[in-house]
Amino acid sequence: MAGIVTNPRSGKNADTRPHLTESGLIRWVLIGAALLFVGLIVVLPMITVISESLRKGWDAYLEALKDPDAMAALRLTLITAAIAVPLNTIFGVAAAWAITKFKFRGKNLLITLIDLPFAVSPIVSGLIYVLLFGAQGFLGPWLDSRDIDIIFATPGIVLATMFVTFPFVARELIPIMEAQGVQDEEAAVSLGARGWRIFFKVTLPNIKWGLLYGMILCNARAMGEFGAVSVVSGHIRGETNTLPLHIEILYNEYQFSASFAVASLLMLLAIVTLIIKSILESRMSKEHES
Amino acid sequence: MMRQRKADRVLPGLNLSLGFTVAYVSLIVLIPLAALVIKSFDLSMSEWWDAVTDARVVASYKLSLLTSFYAAVVNLVFGLLLAWVLVRYRFPGKRIIDGLIDLPFALPTAVAGIALTTIYAPKGWIGSLLEPLGIKVAYTPLGITIALIFIGLPFVVRTVQPVLQDMESDMEEAAVLLGAYRSRTFRKVILPELLPPLLTGFALAFARGIGEYGSVVFISGNMPMKTEIAPLLIITKLEQYQYSQAAAVAVGLLLVSFVLLLFINLLQRWSNRRLRSVTKGA
Repeated sequence: MAGIVTNPRSGKNADTRPHLTESGLIRWVLIGAALLFVGLIVVLPMITVISESLRKGWDAYLEALKDPDAMAALRLTLITAAIAVPLNTIFGVAAAWAITKFKFRGKNLLITLIDLPFAVSPIVSGLIYVLLFGAQGFLGPWLDSRDIDIIFATPGIVLATMFVTFPFVARELIPIMEAQGVQDEEAAVSLGARGWRIFFKVTLPNIKWGLLYGMILCNARAMGEFGAVSVVSGHIRGETNTLPLHIEILYNEYQFSASFAVASLLMLLAIVTLIIKSILESRMSKEHES
Repeated sequence: MMRQRKADRVLPGLNLSLGFTVAYVSLIVLIPLAALVIKSFDLSMSEWWDAVTDARVVASYKLSLLTSFYAAVVNLVFGLLLAWVLVRYRFPGKRIIDGLIDLPFALPTAVAGIALTTIYAPKGWIGSLLEPLGIKVAYTPLGITIALIFIGLPFVVRTVQPVLQDMESDMEEAAVLLGAYRSRTFRKVILPELLPPLLTGFALAFARGIGEYGSVVFISGNMPMKTEIAPLLIITKLEQYQYSQAAAVAVGLLLVSFVLLLFINLLQRWSNRRLRSVTKGA
């Protein structure tokens, strides 16, 4: 076929064949426009975070991070992620296993339900838990009589975070495990492997990068979620404030450089997430090719 | 529930994994969402209708829909441009730009919100340049649109990029051989291929914008009837303990999201069918 003369992955070297690309001038105008757009929309906000956080100097920057309320917010953010990410990971693996290795009725409905939190506004994600567990909610009186706090307390924050980060791992694993099929696992069964051994020795090595990828994205969202957590938290300083909520409080109190100092911490998390993500992507594409 | 008989299944773990999955989905997603729908039934049909057609609610829906729409249009154009430049051209810093496209997914929305507000406030870097021209960005619908452009940036790029990458050059070659100019080749050969991913990315960015809160709430100014987005109005109603009203506004918002989700699914089915008919023809 034509593959002998034309490289099928011609996208990579299209610019070496003049009749399949634009003139140099147009090319550079397009590149310039793209760079300008990214610079304005993405890079400028990042520079702003750094410059505003250091506006009052290095000491004030460290002071803002060492503030007891900021430390409490950091602790709550870490606790929330430490509960939400592992639970959603276990769920993601279980859901992907059921969906990709077996046939059953209602599978498409299940997949739609897993996607649902992506389509719901963060505010609505918080609201549903207030309606369920809040003082005026369905279970409110029952919880109240037993002195269990969910809304305006840590459990509500964890639940809302779990809801918004719920699809990440499952969404990542389903296409990977779908593509790999069931041959490897069936071979393991025919060789006498049983139960968890199949998962840990055969499936897990095949999906490990994708699993990590989903967990990294899940974690970034869990630590950075603002809207859903804002609805259920009650904004009690030092108690029910996560890092993003602490940023808001400082900002509304006109403590701009302290607010941006805390924000720079979360921006660092985002940058580290993106770097790990691109490393995992190249790992996955290498494995895919081999 | 199970269509396969047990004897047909070689692999273990269906009952465990499916049971856990269904229980977890029910606890975290289904039951809480059902609570929302049931709560909005506290109102009678006409009360519900009054709640969502209240002038302030309608103004907030309109604002959320319009600003999300404009932002998605901007992202449609620049998303295509970025995908094109990243796939077809070589230039220094390309890998970094490619990585930065995902920043809006990874950066907490509150961080984006305060940064954008600072840039576009009257004393900010860009705000102070636009102020003498009489253009106000922060605390206006224009500011909301800019925040939503930031939030929606990755969607179009990431839906178009893989399609552009896998596109065979045969068709383009043929168009050139048949005497088409580059611009005509682009319009008649390349653009139709990219239409499904473009529309999918557009719808995803649009849907995300309608529900967005964190990045918008700082730059929007939050004036009732003017710069108050629908998600913020839900919070306002909650803080006034108008739970059923808040639920009614939320259900209205959810309905819009579901219509968009349905549209996206139909688009994907359409593009899959096209893909299959193309490969069958080859």
